[in-house]
Order: sequence, then C-alpha cells, then structure tokens
Amino acid sequence: MIAFVTYKMILVLVIFTITLAIAAYSTYAERKVAAFLQDRVGPDRAGPFGIFQPLADGLKFIYKEEIIPNVSNKLLFVFGPCIAMLTALMAGVVVPWGDTVFIGGKEYSLQITDLNIGILYVFGVVSIGVYGIMIGGWSSNNKFSLLGAIRASAQMISYEIAMGLAIIALVLMTGTLSLREITMQQAGGLGGDWNFWNVVYQPLGFLIFIVCAFAECNRTPFDLPECETELVGGYHTEYSSMKLGFYLFAEYINMFISSAVISTLYFGGFNFPFMNNLGLDHNMISIIGTIVLFAKIVFFIFFFMWIRWTIPRFRYDQLMNLGWKIMIPLAIFNIALCALISLYINR
Amino acid sequence: MEATAAIAPAIEKEEKQYSYLNLGPTHPATHGIFQNVLKMDGEVIVDSQPTIGYIHRAFEKLAERRPYNQITPITDRLNYCSAPINNIGWHMTVEKLLGVEIPKRVQYLRVIIMELARITDHLICNAVIGVDTGALTGFVYMFQQRELVYEIYEEICGARLTTNIGRIGGFERDFSPKAWEKIHKFLKEFPVVLEEFDSLLSRNRIFMDRTIGAGGISVEHALNYSFTGPNLRAAGVDYDVRVASPYSSYEDFDFVIPVGKNGDVYDRFMVRQEEMRQSLSIIKQAMKNLPEGPYHAVVPEFYLPHKEDVYNNMEALIYHFKIVMGETEVPKGEVYHCVEGGNGELGFYLISDGGRTPFRLHFRRPCFIFYQAYPEMIKGSMLSDAILTMSSMNVIAGELDA
Repeated sequence: MIAFVTYKMILVLVIFTITLAIAAYSTYAERKVAAFLQDRVGPDRAGPFGIFQPLADGLKFIYKEEIIPNVSNKLLFVFGPCIAMLTALMAGVVVPWGDTVFIGGKEYSLQITDLNIGILYVFGVVSIGVYGIMIGGWSSNNKFSLLGAIRASAQMISYEIAMGLAIIALVLMTGTLSLREITMQQAGGLGGDWNFWNVVYQPLGFLIFIVCAFAECNRTPFDLPECETELVGGYHTEYSSMKLGFYLFAEYINMFISSAVISTLYFGGFNFPFMNNLGLDHNMISIIGTIVLFAKIVFFIFFFMWIRWTIPRFRYDQLMNLGWKIMIPLAIFNIALCALISLYINR
Repeated sequence: MEATAAIAPAIEKEEKQYSYLNLGPTHPATHGIFQNVLKMDGEVIVDSQPTIGYIHRAFEKLAERRPYNQITPITDRLNYCSAPINNIGWHMTVEKLLGVEIPKRVQYLRVIIMELARITDHLICNAVIGVDTGALTGFVYMFQQRELVYEIYEEICGARLTTNIGRIGGFERDFSPKAWEKIHKFLKEFPVVLEEFDSLLSRNRIFMDRTIGAGGISVEHALNYSFTGPNLRAAGVDYDVRVASPYSSYEDFDFVIPVGKNGDVYDRFMVRQEEMRQSLSIIKQAMKNLPEGPYHAVVPEFYLPHKEDVYNNMEALIYHFKIVMGETEVPKGEVYHCVEGGNGELGFYLISDGGRTPFRLHFRRPCFIFYQAYPEMIKGSMLSDAILTMSSMNVIAGELDA
C-alpha cells in the first residue's frame, strides 16, 4: 500500500513538474517561434539564448503589484484564475505518458490513473475550465472583460459539442473510452505487426478535433476572448501580477494537454514505428516511447504556434457559424460514416 | 457632429438594455488618442459618439506667429506616417505664393521622396489592418521595409520620422551616392516583401471573410462626406490630385490609379497595395529620367546660403541673418495648394498680408474630413468591424487633430 502511494506520489510530482516546465518553456518557445517566423531574434538576454527567460518572466509576475479592482467581486476575482489553473493541471491525470516499466520485477504504469472513462474525464475537466474565464471576466466588472468572457464561453461551449462528436466517431471505432486502451490499439505500426495510427482511419475526425482544440485553447484563429486590438486584454484586462500569470500559464498548459490528447488519440501516443522490430527490451521501448510521445507533443505545440503567427482571427459571428453550421454537421456526418463502415466491416 | 445627430437607433429598445463602451481615448486599436463612445447591443454597435481634440496642438494658430520656413516642422506632425509629403506640400505652397520657378531636377527628387513617403504610409496602414485582424507577422515584415525608407530619409535630411525634409526652393543638399544606393536597395527588396505580404493576406480565406463587406461606404456618401485619397478610390471614384491637378511634374509620369468597387475594408486594402506598386513604378521612372541641374531654386530670401558664403560674402550674410531671424517679408496674396497625401487631398490654404508670418493658414486634413463618416460607417456592424474600419481608413490622430 505504502509502496503504491509512494509510486503514485512520485509519478504525480514528476508529471506536475514536467507539465509546468513544458508550459513555462512554451512561453519561451512561443516567443522564439514568433521571432523565427517574423525574422526577429526573440528573447536572448537572460542566459544563453535567453533560456532563463521564463524564470525571469515568472519572477516579474510575482514581484508585480497585485491590483484587485474595488468594484469587482473580490472572492470570484481570485477564484477565476485558480479555476483556470486547476482544471488545466487536472486534465493531465489520465494521459498515458508511457508504457509500463519493470523495476525490481514489479510493473509500473507511466500513467497516474487509467480511468475507463478517460476521455469523458478530460472533457469534464476542460468544460469546467470555461468557468475560470467566465468568472474572471464577469467579476472584473469591466465591459471589455465581460465581452471577452461572453465570447469565450459561447465559443468554448459550441466547439466542445463538435469536439465531443468527433470523439464519438473515434469511440465507435475503438470501442473504448480509456486513453490507455486507445493507445494500445495503435501499438506496432510499421514493421512486423502492421498497424496504423487512428489518424489514418479518422482523418475527418482528426481535423474536426484539432480545429476544436484550437478553439478550446483560445488560440488564433479563435483567440477572440483576448484579442488585444479589440478588447484590450479580453477577460484578463483587469488582472495583474501572478493572477494574470495563472491565466496565461493555464493557456499554455491547456495547449500542452491538448497536444498530448491529440497525440494519444490520433497519433499513436507513445507508440512509434518499428517499435517491436528493434529487439530492445520492454523497459527501453517504454522509455523511447515516452520520448517519442513528448516529441509528438512538441511538434503539436509548434503547430499551434505556427498557426498563431500565420493567420488572422475570425469575427464572432463567423466563429459561431463555423462552429454550428460547419463543424457540427461535419462531425455528425463523420459519426454516420464511421458507424456505417464499422457496421459493414463487423457484419 | 452632424453625422451622429442624423443617426436614429436602428432597433427601438428600452434605453437600459443597451450598454455603453468607451473605445478610447487610449485603446490599443485607436493608434492615437481619440474617443468613441459606442452604444452597443451585445456586440453590435447601435450608435457611436466620437470625440476628437485630445491632442489638439493649435497648429493653425501656431503658424500665424511663425516665419514661413519654421512652419515646416509643424507640418511633420500632421500625418506623421508620411511627413515628407506634408513638408514638400508646404514648400510648394510657399513657392506658389512667391512665384518661384523650381528646377526640374528638384521636382523629380521631390517626386521620389513623396512616393517613398506614400509607400511608408500605405505600408503601415495595410500592415495594421493585418494586425487588427490578428495577423501580426505581416506587420513585422512590412515594418522592416519602413526602416529602409527611414534610412533613406536619414541619409537625405538627417531625420527619420518627423523629417522636416527639404527647404523652400529645393533640398538643403543633393542626394548623396549613399542615399541613391539605399534607394536602389529598397527598390530591390521591397517588391519581394510586398508580394509576400500580399500572398499572406489578400487571398486568405479568413482575412477575406473579415474584410469584404465590412465598413463599406457608397460612392454618393463618400463624395458627400468629401472623401479623398485611397478611401474614395476604394469606393470607386478615380480622383487623384496627382492626376487631377498635377504638381511637381507628376504629368511626366505614367501610372495607374487603382479603383475599388464597394469601398469596404478589403477594397481599401487592395487599393493601397496597388498604389504601393504604382509608387514603386513612379520612383523607377523618376530615377531613370532624372534630369541634371541644380538641387535648389534661387530663392535667396528663403534658401539658406552656404556657410562659406556667409563668412565671405556680405549679401549672403544678410540673407542668412534674415532667414534665421525670420524677418523675410513675402508678397500679399492668397494661395491654395494641394498634394495627394497618404490619406487624400492634403491642402494648404494660405493668406498672406505681406508680413513675415502667414495671416491665416488652414490645413485641409483628409483624416479630419473622412473621420466624420466613421459613426455612419460602423453603425450596425460588430465591434471587430468597427476596429477594422478605423484602421483601414488610416485614421491618424496627428492629422485628425491639428
């Protein structure tokens, strides 16, 4: 029992740390990628190549004066960023970060918990994340914040539907909601045991999912809640100090988790081609698998940034049109298609 | 404001159901200081009440106490994105009053500078339309090119933003070989970046959805509001001061006036893009056909003599003293001169009663004139469109408030 708790504690701690570290360095990467795409140098003052920039940013946030507007609802004003941060961190629990490893003859799973409703859990937690933004925007008692919060909530709720429908098609195919099982079904790939990642079977579903993931993370082209040229800072206009930091950080954590979920659901998670043909022992493959998973995640984070610095954003009504009139019908069509195909195959 | 009073609420609702949003005085999208109180129904703008004058600097009054050559720096601060056009427009106004014949070479050099300034003006405007739709990258590409133009200014007159370029009668010095080198460099590099920027936005689905049909104005309304420049041309009228009443030898050049159809944000964007290409072609023509000759006219009352002459020549010393002390008297008269500024017809209405300073000077600032139509243009549109409309009209606070 104690051994089990210790092992889980360590795992939680490690994943928590990695999540925060990746989120912190995503901010650095964002600035470097932006600089790369815009012919600039980017941050290069703090440490070699500016790699201590996230630390400097964090310190700055902590030392900034904390302003709570007098007219705000003070309790909710503090709760807003807390909820955003909490839900962002919670979603990582069910993601399988790697296969199992054998230490001293005992098998340890590199996943905090393997819920049999893994995907539903992720959805539930992400849905609560809307409250962080809504509460923050509403309690600021600022019209720009309120507009940002309204946009955010409308956007996230409508895109969640399309996202959920995209997942249903995947679940129809895999027959499970557990993220680990979905990953294991994609094991192997090229090499001896011929197998494909889900993206090959679900291209449309993947497209819908990734578009909705952009909307869920409030990234360009769906960054209406905080578009700085219209709404100043959107829902976090009134925030300062580390509370603002929490909101910004939560966005990067969400991006990280989204990338992890996309990799797991559609890109084989910790599986990699030729994994069973290399003649390595199980532990080694697990470690390489974890590295491969992180490589996939980093690629998707880069993809998020690449898009952000390339295309403009939608207008509010266009966003809603896209969500309700294109994404949802497409997702429903995808479900019907998958259902028919699986019916035909399993006949 | 007449325009605002004419607007009646589109939808009759109880007053308390609307919310009011202060767009400005300091807002990231206003690019300067002016206020718009928007009456909003959710995200839709029902009515708006613009307030200007936050950076009113009484230029017209200031000009009444300043000698003619000291008014040039004031004109810098009108449309600071294309300061050289303002400067040269002012020089030409005074030259018109004095009746000075300007050498052909000076006119061509002025054309080169003015077209460079037009490019910087349109470049900023279009890049900012990109930023306001959320595409920041194109903005950075274009800004690097503006830097090249500023280096050209720096080589010619020593200043970058508020240039105070040239003198009444010509230029203070001839273009140096280095300046020509920089102009050649710009002509080589800019078209590539311009096309890249164009390919980033002009056929981008999201950008087109955002801009087509947003903030449009009809030809009749545009003419009634006395629009000029790219905003009028986007609405479909081919009025360009450079062609309608050529100045500074514009009649020698061969160029096209791009015209839009709907007068919306997209048309304004495309008109400005095409005007930049035309400006490049004008600069190339001017450089190819550049005549030889002096780089300034002979106007000793206004053109500062060389330092050597000042030390060795009595006449020059007297003129130097009179110019520096601002004691040159000008003939009585009344002139209006207009140039095609970055935003439209930039006019200078000058009345002289024969003294050392103008009796009255009025700037016809295109920005001030077309901003009157802003409440009408954004009525019924969404907040995002209002922001785009503002940036695509190129509302520059310096030109809005004199």
